[in-house]
Amino acid sequence: MRNVLPVLTVTACLIALWYAAVVPMNQQWAQDQARRAGQDLSFSALVADTMSQQRPRLPAPHQVAQELWNSTVVEEMTGRRGFMNTGSLSNRSLIYHGWVTLSATLLGFAIGSALGIALAVGIVHNRAMDASVMPWAIASQTIPILAIAPMIIVVLNAVGITGLIPKAIISTYLSFFPVVVGMVKGLRAPDQMQLDLMKTYSASGGQVFAKLRWPSAMPYLFASLKVAIAAALVGAIVAELPTGAVAGLGARLLSGSYYGQTVQIWSALFAAAILAASMVALIGLIQRVTLKRMGMAA
Amino acid sequence: MRDTTTAPVISAQALNLTFQTGDGPVHALKDVTLDIAKGEFVSFIGPSGCGKTTFLRVIADLEQPTSGTITVNGMSPEAARMARAYGYVFQAAGLYPWRTIAGNVKLPLEIMGYSKADQAARVEKVLELVELSGFARKFPWQLSGGMQQRASIARALAFDADILLMDEPFGALDEIVRDRLNEQLLALWARTEKTIGFVTHSIPEAVYLSTKIVVMSPRPGRITDVIDSPLPRVRPLEIRDSPEFIEIAHRVREGLRAGHLDD
Ligand SMILES: Nc1ncnc2c1ncn2[C@@H]1O[C@H](COP(=O)(O)OP(=O)(O)OP(=O)(O)O)[C@@H](O)[C@H]1O
Ligand SMILES: [Mg+2]
Repeated sequence: MRNVLPVLTVTACLIALWYAAVVPMNQQWAQDQARRAGQDLSFSALVADTMSQQRPRLPAPHQVAQELWNSTVVEEMTGRRGFMNTGSLSNRSLIYHGWVTLSATLLGFAIGSALGIALAVGIVHNRAMDASVMPWAIASQTIPILAIAPMIIVVLNAVGITGLIPKAIISTYLSFFPVVVGMVKGLRAPDQMQLDLMKTYSASGGQVFAKLRWPSAMPYLFASLKVAIAAALVGAIVAELPTGAVAGLGARLLSGSYYGQTVQIWSALFAAAILAASMVALIGLIQRVTLKRMGMAA
Repeated sequence: MRDTTTAPVISAQALNLTFQTGDGPVHALKDVTLDIAKGEFVSFIGPSGCGKTTFLRVIADLEQPTSGTITVNGMSPEAARMARAYGYVFQAAGLYPWRTIAGNVKLPLEIMGYSKADQAARVEKVLELVELSGFARKFPWQLSGGMQQRASIARALAFDADILLMDEPFGALDEIVRDRLNEQLLALWARTEKTIGFVTHSIPEAVYLSTKIVVMSPRPGRITDVIDSPLPRVRPLEIRDSPEFIEIAHRVREGLRAGHLDD
């Protein structure tokens, strides 16, 4: 609770800055219109106009908020194709598009985390994997995702795999890496004395893993899962761009930019940000509960 | 006191251990020959770096000697470790923060496959032994340093090893707590008849606890004196003011000084 005030202050400042930027960004179009009509534009009229354009260069915060509201609650409650009228999500609502992206994100995140943990276990327990896997994992992340995503999507499309799976693969590609790095560090967190103690019990490798390495790695696991889920969302959105997908937040971004619908672009961006923040917060909650039960108050 | 009819529990013959380090070899143990009989309480005392920890770790198969032979319970240290012949108490308590005190004490029992009922009974028994019964469900950070150290001793006592190796277990504790733990340790030793190897920097502690005091000196680490204590097994704290006690303490101090003069 005590950190609500600073957060609100910062948010208020950002919104104020944003409003301040709206006027100069959009004034060109407003003045062109006025000149064509042979009118003189007063300052208050200029401000009012820049805040309410159809296709502003920079939409005002309230326009984005309005669009977010309209394309979620209003669309599903009252829209012709909305949930209330048809019993299924409208393909014009951000809830529908958000879900399309979210499902790919979650699938990719699940596969990526499992893969990341498996690779980390291998790296920690196997000398050959220790020497060979990490350089490849790092190399994989130096290739720009924008370059590799279209290739993966197109190749998979060519063999008839479309929809959820290709997007989930891009999400996996981005999300396994932070988990590998975090878990390698976590599984190596036990110090020599703790390992020696296990040795004096002549514990098996499996026991050392289950009773020492795995619990030691828990804080690292959650930290890397937070990074991974955000990366998985980016992956899913990027994967929606190259093929001109018709559904998903990425598709909304793309069609918004085709038709100059800046308000639509911004609301899709905000929807993505809200989605990412909620998922990170959810993992944070699970982390707190888990670590508390383990006696490691975070 | 010494039982000469049975073979020694720990027997080291001409043991050498050299660490290869970045700036040349370190001769941590040189020609160490020592027999420890069953039921003895042996203290190792000597200046920092004389190889006390190293010798204890060799017994525990955590370090391999460069030459010489050593047997534990008549077997190689590795076989003895596999047979879970000893409990080891490290200088730091090293409790797992994610386990309660009872959970920490239970750790070796889980690994060694004791039954659930047996685990619970043993945890209760050893926590009582170190006077931590009321703290079973607390987490380590909720305990003082001395209590944590006692919990780590309980952890080493929970399973049936008849050798107990302790590396400066009370090093970080204040004098009063230390006295109390020393008394408890003696009582525990009398009750369990374990063979104990104990590293310390404190002359009174070594003399008070031990049936045998091994004085060591550094560079290279070696044994300079082995003193068999004439003190009785049952020792009230006041024994530290007796002439015998003072005499042994004097001999230990002389031994330590002689080791230093060799430098
Ligand atoms: N793993 C190691 N690698 C290299 N050198 C080591 C290692 N362990 C110990 N040594 C060296 O061996 C010597 C003996 O060390 P040891 O830890 O046995 O001393 P100690 O008697 O226990 O000292 P202290 O009283 O300070 O604990 C020291 O010179 C130390 O630097
Ligand atoms: Mg030491």
